[in-house]
Amino acid sequence: MQLSIVAHILVAVALPPLLPGIIARTKAAFAGRQGPPVLQLYCDLAKQIRKGTVLSGTTTWVFFAGPVIAVTAGLIASVLVPFGGASAPVSFTGDVVFFTYLFALSRFFVASSALDTGSAFEGMGAAREVSFAALAEPALFLGFLVGMRLTGSFSLSGMLSKPWAGGRFEAGASLVLVLVSWFIVLLAENCRIPVDDPNTHLELTMIHEAMVLDHSGPLFGLVLYGAALKLMVFGALLVRLVLPIAQAGPVLSWVAFCATIIGLAVVIGAIESIIARLRLVRVPMLLVTACLLSAFALILLFR
Amino acid sequence: MTDIFVTGKNARPITLAALPECDVDALREGILQRVENGGRLAALFGDACEDGAIMMYAVIADDSEGQLAVGRAKLESASYAALTPDCAQAHWFEREMAEQFGLKPDGHPWLKPIRFQRPLSSDREPAELPQIGVTDFYRVRGEEVHEVAVGPVHAGVIEPGHFRFQCHGENVFHLEISLGYQHRGIERAFVGGPHKLTVHQVETIAGDTTAGHAIAYCQAVEALSAVSPPSRALALRGIALELERLANHVGDLGALSGDVGYLPTASYCGRIRGDFLNMTASLCGSRFGRGLIRPGGVAFDCSESDRAQLVEKLAIAEKDAKNAVELLWAMSSVVARFENTGTVGRAMCEEIGLVGPAARACGIERDVRHDHPAGIYQYAQVPVMTGHHGDVNSRAIVRWLEMQQSIEFVRDRLANLPASPLMASAAQIAADAMTVSMVEAWRGEICHVAITDDRGRFRRYKIVDPSFHNWFGLAVALRGQQISDFPLCNKSFNLSYCGHDL
Repeated sequence: MQLSIVAHILVAVALPPLLPGIIARTKAAFAGRQGPPVLQLYCDLAKQIRKGTVLSGTTTWVFFAGPVIAVTAGLIASVLVPFGGASAPVSFTGDVVFFTYLFALSRFFVASSALDTGSAFEGMGAAREVSFAALAEPALFLGFLVGMRLTGSFSLSGMLSKPWAGGRFEAGASLVLVLVSWFIVLLAENCRIPVDDPNTHLELTMIHEAMVLDHSGPLFGLVLYGAALKLMVFGALLVRLVLPIAQAGPVLSWVAFCATIIGLAVVIGAIESIIARLRLVRVPMLLVTACLLSAFALILLFR
Repeated sequence: MTDIFVTGKNARPITLAALPECDVDALREGILQRVENGGRLAALFGDACEDGAIMMYAVIADDSEGQLAVGRAKLESASYAALTPDCAQAHWFEREMAEQFGLKPDGHPWLKPIRFQRPLSSDREPAELPQIGVTDFYRVRGEEVHEVAVGPVHAGVIEPGHFRFQCHGENVFHLEISLGYQHRGIERAFVGGPHKLTVHQVETIAGDTTAGHAIAYCQAVEALSAVSPPSRALALRGIALELERLANHVGDLGALSGDVGYLPTASYCGRIRGDFLNMTASLCGSRFGRGLIRPGGVAFDCSESDRAQLVEKLAIAEKDAKNAVELLWAMSSVVARFENTGTVGRAMCEEIGLVGPAARACGIERDVRHDHPAGIYQYAQVPVMTGHHGDVNSRAIVRWLEMQQSIEFVRDRLANLPASPLMASAAQIAADAMTVSMVEAWRGEICHVAITDDRGRFRRYKIVDPSFHNWFGLAVALRGQQISDFPLCNKSFNLSYCGHDL
C-alpha cells in the first residue's frame, strides 16, 4: 500500500511532461518530420526555471496566483484519481465534486491573472476559456453520475476501480458513451485540436494560450507544467474507465497504466494530425454533444 | 467631345506631348465615366511639375478590350473634388496623393496618412516626421463594444502592420488596417534613374515577388528605349514568373492548412515550396530569382542539362503538390473552416477593384496575362482560373487551379525553349515619354508607370503593388466575421506589407 502511494506520487510528478512530448512526436511522424525529442518539455521546464520573469506594470499578485494555483490544484487533483494502484492515495465520499472544482478554482485564477494584464488578447482568451468550461463541466458531472449509478460509490477511487463489475449489460454501452464524452472534455480542457490549437502563434485564434501570453520564465514554466499535469489527470480518468486494473498484480497494473496513458497521448497526437480545428462558434456544439452523450449514458441506466 | 485619355496597350511608350493636359474636373468626370463603363483604376498618382504645381495622372485599365487609358490634369490648387465618394477604388490612391503631394481631396470620407511618409516634393518638408501608426482610428461606440489592437509587432516572424478591430464579443464590426512601417522611400530613390542600383531595388520592392516587379520594371525600360528582348529571354522570364507563382501559391496553401490546424498539408507544402524555389535557384543561383531578369533580357541561360533536370524536378513537385494539396478538400473539417469564411461578394470586389486570386475567387476573370498580355504571354496563353464564392475556400481553390496551369505553362516553355541570344543591346531611354507596364504576379496585378524628363531620366516612377488594391478587401472580408477567423482570412489574401509601403 505504502509502495503504491510512493509510485503514485512519483508518476504524478514525473510523468506528465512526457505526454506533450509524445503528442508532438506523433504529430511529427504524421507530418513526415522527425520532431522534437520526447523529453523536450523536461528541458524546457529546466530552461524556464533558470530564466528571469518580465512583469507588466499593471499586474498584481493575481498574476502570480494563476500559474501557482493551477499547478497546486493539479497536484492535489492528481492524488484523488487512482492511477496504477487499486485506489488513489486520498479518497473520500464526494471527492468527485472536490476534484471538479479544484480545476474550476484553478481556471478562476488563471482567467483572473489573464484579466490582470489588461491585454485585449488575454481578455478574449479568458472569455473563451470560461464559456467553454461551463459547457464541459456538465459532461464531466453526468459521467460521474453514471459511475455512481454503476458502482454505488461517490468517490473517484470507488467508481473508477471496477465500473463494469455490476454485471448489467447496459453498463458497457453507458461506459462507451461516457468514454467518448470524457474524451471530448479532455480535448477541450487541455486545449487540443479540434477545440484549440496548442501550436498556433496567432493570438486571435488562441483560447488557453492567449491567457498566458504575458507569463515568462519560471511562471511560464509553471503554466507548462500545470498543463501537462492536467492532461495526465484527465487522461487517468479515461484510462481507469476502461482498464481492468483492479484484477491485475501491482507491477502489471502500474506498467499497464503507464503504457495506456502513453497510448492515449499517441491517440491525441493522431487525432490532431488528421483533423482541422473547429470554427470557434462551433466549439459549443461539440461540448453540448459531449453533455448529451453522458446524459444518454445515464438514461440507459435508468431504463 | 475630344478624348482626354490616350489609350494604348500594356508596356507601350506614350510621348508626353501627345498626352493632353486637361483640368482636374474633366479628368475626374473622365475617370468616373470609364469606371462606370467597366474600367478599373490601375493607378492614380501625382507628380510635381517644375513650377510647383501638381500633375495628376490616372491609368484606367479596360480589361475586356485590353486597353490602358492614361489621362492627366494639372491642378491649379491643392484642393479638388475627391473621387472616392463616387469611386471607391480611388480611396487609397487619394490618401496617398494627399500624403505625397499635400493635395486636399474635398469630400474624401476618410482622409488620413497611409504610410506616414514625408512628402515626395522636397520643398514641402514638414517640421517633424509623422509618427507611424499615431492617428485616429475608426471607432464604434457602445457599452459592449470593445477594441482589439494587433501589431505592429506580431507573434510570428512576419512583417509589421497594425490592425484595429471593433468587436462585439467574437464578432467584428469593423477592421481598420494601418501600414507604413516598411516604408523605404523606393519611389523617391528612382527619381533621376535608372541608377546602377535601381534594378536591385526593384527586386526588393516585395521580396517574394522579385520576378514580378523585375519584369514590370524591365518591360517599362524596354518600352521607353524601344528594345525588344529576344524570345529565349521572354520564355525564361515567363518560367521565372510562373515558378514564383508556384512557390508562393503552394506555400500559401500550406499556411492556410496550418492556420486551421491541419498538419499534413502544412508540413508537406512547406517543403514543396522549397522545391519550387530551388528550381528558380537552378536558373540563376538565387531562390527568389534575384539577378535573373535585367533590362533587355535575362542574365542567365538555361543549359540543356539544366533544362532536362528542371523538367524532371517539375514532374516530381507536381506529383507531391497534388498529393499534399488535394488532402485539403478530402478533409471535411478543413472545408468546413474554409467555406463561408471571409466572403467578399462579386459586386463589392468590382467596386473596390480587387486584383489577383482574390478577385478571381469572386468569379471575375481578371488576369493581366490574359487581358493585357506582354512578353511571353502574347505568344503563349495561360487560362484564367476563377472561383465562385469569394470566400477563403474559393481563394484556396483558385490558387490550386492556377498552380496546375502554371506547371503546364512552365513545362511547355521548357519543352519549346527558343534558341536566341539572351540580351538585346541597350538603347537610349526616350525623353519626355511615359509608359505603363503591367504584370500578373502571383499576388495580382503589378503596375509600374515610368515618366521620363527631357534628359531621358525618370522624373517619376510610380509603383502599384497588388497589395495596394487588396488590403482594403481584407478589411471588407472581415466585416461580420469572427475575430478568430482573421488569421485565416489574412492568410487567404496573403498581402505584402513592404510592397504596399514601398
